[in-house]
Amino acid sequence: MTLSDWASVALLAAGAFFFVAGTIGLLRLPDVFTRLHALTKADNLGLGLILLGLALQAESWGELARLGLIWALAVFASASACHLVARRALESGAQPWSKRDAD
Amino acid sequence: MPTSLPAFDALLALLLVWLAGRLLVTRDLFKAVVLFMVFGLMLALAWVRLAAPDVALAEAAIGAGLTGALLLDTVFRLRGEAEPPPPRPSAGLIACAMLAAALGAMLVWSMLALPDDWFGLTREVAAAMPDSGVTNPVTAALLNFRGYDTLLEIAVLLLAVLGVWTLNAEPPPAVPAAGPVLEALLRILLPLLVVAAGYLLWAGAHAPGGAFQGAALLAAGGVLLHLARPFSFGTGWPVRLALTAGFAVFLIVALLLVLVGGGFLAYPPKHAGTWILAIEAAAMLSIALILVALFVGSARHTDRGRADAGAHDPPA
Repeated sequence: MTLSDWASVALLAAGAFFFVAGTIGLLRLPDVFTRLHALTKADNLGLGLILLGLALQAESWGELARLGLIWALAVFASASACHLVARRALESGAQPWSKRDAD
Repeated sequence: MPTSLPAFDALLALLLVWLAGRLLVTRDLFKAVVLFMVFGLMLALAWVRLAAPDVALAEAAIGAGLTGALLLDTVFRLRGEAEPPPPRPSAGLIACAMLAAALGAMLVWSMLALPDDWFGLTREVAAAMPDSGVTNPVTAALLNFRGYDTLLEIAVLLLAVLGVWTLNAEPPPAVPAAGPVLEALLRILLPLLVVAAGYLLWAGAHAPGGAFQGAALLAAGGVLLHLARPFSFGTGWPVRLALTAGFAVFLIVALLLVLVGGGFLAYPPKHAGTWILAIEAAAMLSIALILVALFVGSARHTDRGRADAGAHDPPA
């Protein structure tokens, strides 16, 4: 394996880590806002790292551009969807979790 | 078949069965719809594993995306209605379950009974490809070899719109304004969706893509736009013409081909590509409009929406 292959493996593993962390966060965190926080980390960083890992294996500029486009679209969509869900939750009276709730 | 990943495929198959079971037994309608959308995405992944990207595209966009949006909208409208009583295992239900199990067993058995070197119609299709006018076998099958199938599918979609219009449903509960973030996302997404739909339509001749996939993208843009700024189609003649254009062009081409002596949807090989592209272009616009019309709902509610909110006209 070449150096770029090893770098790909490391980036893909780091991306997978963020997806696992995001999933655990989605399942374990206490309210809708903190869960959104976990979810968007997975979308942005997890997908970003995985695409970066794949970009190192890309064979043409076209492939590279498509990977970049996928990431940009996913980030736009996930940030907007997160905002919409959070706003709707606030409007319908969801109280953001605070340390006091844990006691 | 792409790279062999037996463990992944087995996991995917189990996940599909588990999701299907969960979504059937859950009592919470919202949860069932979300599970249905996840099921659609996993099914799309399964089609990718079966090297059928055309079907995967259609499943992800229409099966998971648009159908999911339609079902969510339905759940939203059903809120406040009386809960249905919990179903009891009646004789009818048990009979249905047994029928489904028998059908499933028959399908599995017929898969297992196939000879190892069975290629289906692959060879016949490959032999007929030069006369089909396109180089993508899926488009050749859908628009040429079995064109009447696709023609009737468009007719079914058209009938669905007629059904929705006839039912004349109540207007949905008021939805809060979309806000600047959704508007900004739309400004980026809508032009991209239109370009991507055009690309899929054109690419359908030689690669995965085609009228249904392009229409699904356009319709997704239309649904987003409707969510951000509710609009109405009304039932005017331009809308009716646009809704029926795909079916009409398809049928007229088919009848013309009969008149010139070729037979129903038997294109002359030399011009088959042009005919197919013309039909697909009209079909894409009509299907997109039909899908959005299904989401927008009844004609009456749209007229009222126009009067109240000064709703915007659709771009399509």
